[in-house]
Amino acid sequence: MRGATHAKWAALATAVALAATACGGGDDSGGGGGADGIVSSSWGDPQNPLEPANTNEVQGGKVLSMIFRGLKQYDPKTGEAKDMLAEKIETTDSMNFTITVKDGWTFSNGEKVTAKSFVDAWNYGAHLKNNQKNAAFFGQIEGYDKVHPEKGEPTAETMSGLKVTGPQTFTVKLTQKFSTWPITLGYAAFSPLPQAFFTDHAAWLSKPVGNGPYTVDSYSKGSQMALKRWDGYPGTDKAQNGGITLKVYTDNNTAYTDLTAGNLDLVDDVPASQLKNVEADLGDRYINVPAGIIQTLSFPFYDPAWNKPGQEKLRQGLSRAINREQITDTIFQKTRTPAVDWTSPVLGEKGGFKDVCGDFCKYDAAEAKKLVAEGGGIPGGTMTISYNADTGSHKEWVDAVCNSINNALGNNRACVGNPIGTFADFRSQVSTQKMKGPFRAGWQMDYPLIQNFLQPLYYTNASSNDGKYTNPEFDKLVNQANAEADTAKAVETFQQAEGIVRDDMGAIPLWYQNGSAGYSERVSNVTLNPFSVPVYDQIKVN
Amino acid sequence: MGRYVIRRLLQMIPVFIGATLLIFLMVNVMGDPIAGLCGDRACDPATAAQLEKEFGLDKPVWQQYLIYMGNLFTGDFGTAFNGQPVTELMANAFPVTIRLTIVAILFEIVIGISLGVLTGLRRGRPIDTTVLVLTLVVLSIPTFVTGLLIQLLLGVKWGWIKPAVSTDAPFDELIVPGLVLASVSLAYVTRLTRTSIAENKRADYVRTAVAKGLPRRRVITRHLLRNSLIPVVTFIGADIGALMGGAIATERIFNIHGVGYQLYQGIVRQNTQTVVGFVTVLVLVFLLANLLVDLLYAVLDPRIRYA
Repeated sequence: MRGATHAKWAALATAVALAATACGGGDDSGGGGGADGIVSSSWGDPQNPLEPANTNEVQGGKVLSMIFRGLKQYDPKTGEAKDMLAEKIETTDSMNFTITVKDGWTFSNGEKVTAKSFVDAWNYGAHLKNNQKNAAFFGQIEGYDKVHPEKGEPTAETMSGLKVTGPQTFTVKLTQKFSTWPITLGYAAFSPLPQAFFTDHAAWLSKPVGNGPYTVDSYSKGSQMALKRWDGYPGTDKAQNGGITLKVYTDNNTAYTDLTAGNLDLVDDVPASQLKNVEADLGDRYINVPAGIIQTLSFPFYDPAWNKPGQEKLRQGLSRAINREQITDTIFQKTRTPAVDWTSPVLGEKGGFKDVCGDFCKYDAAEAKKLVAEGGGIPGGTMTISYNADTGSHKEWVDAVCNSINNALGNNRACVGNPIGTFADFRSQVSTQKMKGPFRAGWQMDYPLIQNFLQPLYYTNASSNDGKYTNPEFDKLVNQANAEADTAKAVETFQQAEGIVRDDMGAIPLWYQNGSAGYSERVSNVTLNPFSVPVYDQIKVN
Repeated sequence: MGRYVIRRLLQMIPVFIGATLLIFLMVNVMGDPIAGLCGDRACDPATAAQLEKEFGLDKPVWQQYLIYMGNLFTGDFGTAFNGQPVTELMANAFPVTIRLTIVAILFEIVIGISLGVLTGLRRGRPIDTTVLVLTLVVLSIPTFVTGLLIQLLLGVKWGWIKPAVSTDAPFDELIVPGLVLASVSLAYVTRLTRTSIAENKRADYVRTAVAKGLPRRRVITRHLLRNSLIPVVTFIGADIGALMGGAIATERIFNIHGVGYQLYQGIVRQNTQTVVGFVTVLVLVFLLANLLVDLLYAVLDPRIRYA
């Protein structure tokens, strides 16, 4: 066996040699500074294939925000919906819209952006056989139920409410009045798609082509995407840097470490464990601003024990038993803002943000105890707050909320946390109505509209009404608000509807989530938009 | 010997089937994976049903398992939720983890065995005590603590290495993570070798070799070490599989996109196809590594050769 022994040492020697020769390469820091400088940014692996109507999480959304521009674009500071590719959007009855697409726009492969680019993309997004997770966004368009029936096979290929009337014009017919519908068109699902998307889908997915300020230079799935500035971009928001390299990190702690070591320019998710050090590490290069995300506690209204008359007092009492200030200060290091309504501060006063909750969101132990007693007490004497234990470190705050409730009520058994192993399992229990008590809920807005914070969550049988809350008065006001042509009046009516959620305490608002980001000394002009996504095109390399 | 190998290979079949079935059942118990795909909002029922059909999740578990195994034999490991074939994920992840494992095993062999021989020959001397204390320290600190500490010191404070490994994960960037991954096993290898050497030092054949007047070097490498390596080889062989599967902590800390990372993602996203596919390959690696160990025995000790 002499030979075998030799072979072993030979293998070992080769491996050592391999290790040695691999040394001294692999420096990939950006190409120069100034207007052509490349910004490196942390990224997470997108959960779904990268298609506009199939991307419902923030990681894929980042890419879409760089390579696509839609009819509208939300102002990164105010959240206001401004015309981008839309020349004009006209309506007389809030139901039939005529949309004119600006001339002179192309996709980065040279293809012209026409009315057809939009209509084809929307029909693709809505069709059941394409499995698009955001298909419901096209639900207001007439004919949606034919291409995306709740049961059975689709009976049409395209939606009857969409018609191309000219090279740059098309009409949209909705099933009901929805005056603020044009504002929703800034959402990524409504992006136009080039013909290349339909002719060679696999090739498009491996290297997406859009019409935004950046083009995809290279994409190795699961690890890195390099985006380059597109010099032919016709829009006014041209990229101020040479490109963005998105690097997938296995853990946001590692990304943060890489930032502090100077190997990364931008982290848009500062890990909770680093919040204590972040100001010392980064100083004013740490951003912490409210985003369009609200966290609430939902109730299982489908459970008879939680749906008795008079129980709104119980829910109001529980709300008053939660010390929001203390929890956001100590557990979240002020990266959450105590909630005073069911929307978000990013809407602004004009958009409908207002202290609707009032005293119900203020901590008062004595009042809480009184209200809970008047509301018939906690069903069964003990309630649980369910959350998923795998991601998002929810355990800490759920325990804190329970502590706060127990202290206020003077009962150590009033509330306990109920961890559920995985997010998928948590979601499946929530969506199949298996919750036995309150459960955590989070809502990230799709577009900065008060409608988006209320209708999907509290309208009878709405898509994300997981607690099955229902109140005919609320539904009526929402319908009324949607039909209202005057935006200011519509917002006011939505606020009235919000008042009904408050009186019923349909869900307890907890806090608004902030977007948190940190950046290196190499870059400047870094901001987060209301969706807590960095405004990449404005970043400057020093 | 040939029959022995064939028998061992045949034994792998039931182990393989049993292991995959167990994993399949475990992943399925965790709940509905589609529910997690749509984030904090409910998927609309029609799309959810369509997705279930596409991933074959609408069938009973036993049928899913049979279909999965059937596909497996044609080399089809299914599709991950992000639309990538699992084989593509594997093609990206396994080379990286194999490189990491090679680095770790090399550290175990080179440092572990050298230290073991050194201390085994000098039992009770200061160097022996020092190494024993050091290995005790290494053994008692969890890998993720060592990893984070080394990352902070070498990567951030002193700037000797990059704290995160780049996408290609070349060998030189994997040296430090490999050392971290190997640390605990390395301590075991040291201790195993030391005990074994110390034990065999007084064996008859060593005395004979010394009496024959062989040079000390030859006595140690040819006679003493070769016989003392059997328990060490057993350990290292079994460790190959453990290192590949257990690299989750190390891979997370150093941003290595290997098997551990893909498995973690698969579990968090409850992606049956990814988890079962990767674990299936890992089971195979385990089985083959064990077979290899048994064959290596024969190389080291001719007395076992025809057993």
